[in-house]
Amino acid sequence: MEEYLKLFVASAITNNMVLTQFLGLCIFFGVSKNLNASIGMGMAVTSVMTISTLLAWAVYNYVLHPLGLEVLMLITFVVLIAGLVQLLEMVIKKHAPALYNMWGIYLVLIATNCVVIAVPITNAESHNGFMTSFILAIGSGVGFALALILMASLREKLQYADVPKSLEGLGISFILAGMLALSFFGFSGMITL
Amino acid sequence: MKNLWEIFYKGLFDQNPIFRLALSLCPALAVTSNVYNALAMGLSVMFVITANNVVVSIFRKWVNPKVRVPVYITSIATIVTVLILTLQAYLPDIYKELYLYLNLIVVFAIILARAEVFAAKNPVFPSFLDGLGMGAGFAGAMVFIAVVRELFGNGTLMGMPVFGASYDPALIMILPPGGFIVIGLMIASFNLIGQHQAKLKEAKQGSDA
Repeated sequence: MEEYLKLFVASAITNNMVLTQFLGLCIFFGVSKNLNASIGMGMAVTSVMTISTLLAWAVYNYVLHPLGLEVLMLITFVVLIAGLVQLLEMVIKKHAPALYNMWGIYLVLIATNCVVIAVPITNAESHNGFMTSFILAIGSGVGFALALILMASLREKLQYADVPKSLEGLGISFILAGMLALSFFGFSGMITL
Repeated sequence: MKNLWEIFYKGLFDQNPIFRLALSLCPALAVTSNVYNALAMGLSVMFVITANNVVVSIFRKWVNPKVRVPVYITSIATIVTVLILTLQAYLPDIYKELYLYLNLIVVFAIILARAEVFAAKNPVFPSFLDGLGMGAGFAGAMVFIAVVRELFGNGTLMGMPVFGASYDPALIMILPPGGFIVIGLMIASFNLIGQHQAKLKEAKQGSDA
């Protein structure tokens, strides 16, 4: 149990997907202009990441690995995740329209995104067991949501700041992300896996 | 002829994938802590983007527009798999170091964007040049970032010491936070140059009139 808790905190904070491994930056900079949007996006990424990691784990361990088809891993995972997202979108649209209005549009955006596909690949590469994969997926998702929401809150404040003209927009956001990464870096000695 | 040159050239500066379009930033930060990795990653992406543009362009008449995105993604995934297997066989060191990010080339927005925007509508040779130009712009930007980060963060270039033993490296440059800050400043400088050029152009037009 303690082991899983450690893994969760490590994947959410010390090995944060966005700020230490630079995954999902397109979403990170694209969506963080708005706090509400980033909460929706954080939820969408966490749920899709968890479901697709479990599915990919099953496919890898019961189909690809026994048949010796590890070469096809990449193609399988990409198609699997894209298909899953499409399916999820349809189901949610039909059965939970309120939920769909809240974060439905973000689902489509993450169909092919590096942050979602990185976790299944990491799991397959290091032959993680079921529980480890599951915790890693949830931890990474929560870490991503955390970074996104923090960044969005900072950027909302930034709108009232007077920034040099050439730094406006993406430039200052990057420097802000650097500061955020620096503060996350402070946790790095906390847990060693 | 001039047109073909423009197709190639636009990827280098005007529409530079990293600094101007801000696409595919993940590898630009993750593997640029030393020049060697950045170069390997840049060339890999250049290969994938060019090959994919050619494939998409050849098959553009037979692909139903409704299913084009899955077709493109499958094509990209196949090319990336070929690339990874080749690297694994001939350059195992690079493969080990870049494993995760090589896999992630599949989902780089810039590759899908070029297939969709350019290769799907143009003949093979211009598409090839477009891929080559965009890829070169990407690789160039990667190496540029890596040179700055490695030089200041480690005092070396391609592993060779530059500043001598008395240099005290600014470690932050090769750590993750430094990557963000370096790219932020670089984007700002690109904007500054762009603004300056626009101003020059305006002044020139003013004097012509």
